[in-house]
Amino acid sequence: MAQSRLQKVMLALILPLAVVSVWQYAGSQPNMAGIVPTPLAVVLGWQSWIWGHAGLGLNPYLGTWVANVSYSSSRVLEGFVCATLIGVPLGLMLGWSRLAAQLVDPMIQGLRPIPITAWLPFSIALFGIRDVGSIFLIFLGGFYAIVVNTTQGARDVEKNLVRAALMMGVNSRQLLWRVVLPSAMPNIFTGLRVGLGISWTAVIVSEMVAVKSGLGYVLWDAYYVGRMDIVLADMVSIGLMGFLSDSLIVLLEGRVLRWRFLQNH
Amino acid sequence: MSKIDILGLDKTYATQPPVVALKGVDLTVHSGEFVALLGPSGCGKSTLLNMIAGFEQPSLGELLVNDLPVHEPGPERGVVFQEAALFPWLSVWDNVVFGPQVQGVAKSVYEPRAKEMLKIMGLSAFESSLPVQLSGGMRQRVGIARVLTMGSKILLMDEPFGALDAQTRLSMQELLLSVWQQLKPTVVFVTHDIDEALFLADTVYVMSSRPGRIQARLEVPFERPRQLELTTSSAFNQMKLDILKQMRH
Repeated sequence: MAQSRLQKVMLALILPLAVVSVWQYAGSQPNMAGIVPTPLAVVLGWQSWIWGHAGLGLNPYLGTWVANVSYSSSRVLEGFVCATLIGVPLGLMLGWSRLAAQLVDPMIQGLRPIPITAWLPFSIALFGIRDVGSIFLIFLGGFYAIVVNTTQGARDVEKNLVRAALMMGVNSRQLLWRVVLPSAMPNIFTGLRVGLGISWTAVIVSEMVAVKSGLGYVLWDAYYVGRMDIVLADMVSIGLMGFLSDSLIVLLEGRVLRWRFLQNH
Repeated sequence: MSKIDILGLDKTYATQPPVVALKGVDLTVHSGEFVALLGPSGCGKSTLLNMIAGFEQPSLGELLVNDLPVHEPGPERGVVFQEAALFPWLSVWDNVVFGPQVQGVAKSVYEPRAKEMLKIMGLSAFESSLPVQLSGGMRQRVGIARVLTMGSKILLMDEPFGALDAQTRLSMQELLLSVWQQLKPTVVFVTHDIDEALFLADTVYVMSSRPGRIQARLEVPFERPRQLELTTSSAFNQMKLDILKQMRH
């Protein structure tokens, strides 16, 4: 039976509304003070975080939201772009050339099980408390997902498409860029989306420890000074940014993979 | 000039135990001739075609195209695949001009030719469509248009109409004949359909399996241009009966 749009929206809202109600009730209990701020308190705290005018320094969060969001976003962007620029060509090579795979794949597979969080101390030792350390972790997190998926995509190229291209006289460079790359595109986008998710995890973790700005830094700092309203507003902000950046990739995917979309519908 | 000479050709796959796909194949295709390789699945007819295309190498024997041994695939031997093998991310137009583009042919040279071939194939209205938006028969027409646009003198066709419904297959056969009549390429056409082989070809090679070899060579005497009505004539049926006997043998 066809559902109206309104019905769908209503259904989707039931659980969130229930959670917010319970939250509002729990947050207003006296013994919860300082642990769980009410949703209203979070909204107010968030509001001043975004629009408040920096005062005499008693409240370090006034009006710093945009700056912190852009610190974190630009780190994710830099690390993620590096991961893409290195991961995609490398993945194509690994999927396409047996020699390259034999040379590089064992190294990647050997390092991949080390969680990016485990790299934190070493990364700080190496780069210090600077942007670079954070960007390195973001790069690493995105890189594995992108390279592994791209390799798979390049390996799965249909044999007859390669034969058709050879029959039409492609050289090996043209084969890689004009046949293997577009053919691996669906896998590459899977890698990009997974990698971007990991990149956001990486930026938050690294900012908590390795830099002194950004949403991850504020998250930990606010916890230390007991500003749980900012902690929660920060969490929602991170989720929002993750969702928005993923939507951008989905949008791009829809354009690049129109052929694929038509195939499946 | 575009002839194919095959002499004492063997193909063995080095599996355990080794599989002999083709044994002692002799075959000559003259310039402009339409040859059909007819046989059941597993008789090595596609393997033979793949070797002429340069996708696979013979284990033994000689395979010459225009007196030169074949080492690799190339645009002078255009292949039409069973499932068309179009690039699904490219439009019909981009698929058809892919060959000349990668070969660095000037746009002013390939563009009019591609337009003409798309027109002959009845695809002019579909230049900007994606392969997935076309029917199986139309995809196959794009596959033919792209090798014609390259100007391949030899067409290697691997059961190109095998996956089409009966109606579409007949109209594709007629279309192929009219194109062949106009451009006179050399054609090697692999099929397991006796009617198709007899209707299209000048010469039919009947193949048998295990190991794959050529069992009989038949010249098809029917006059050209051929119409579909031919396939219901008694002479046609008599030849069909002869081939059936050969294949049962």
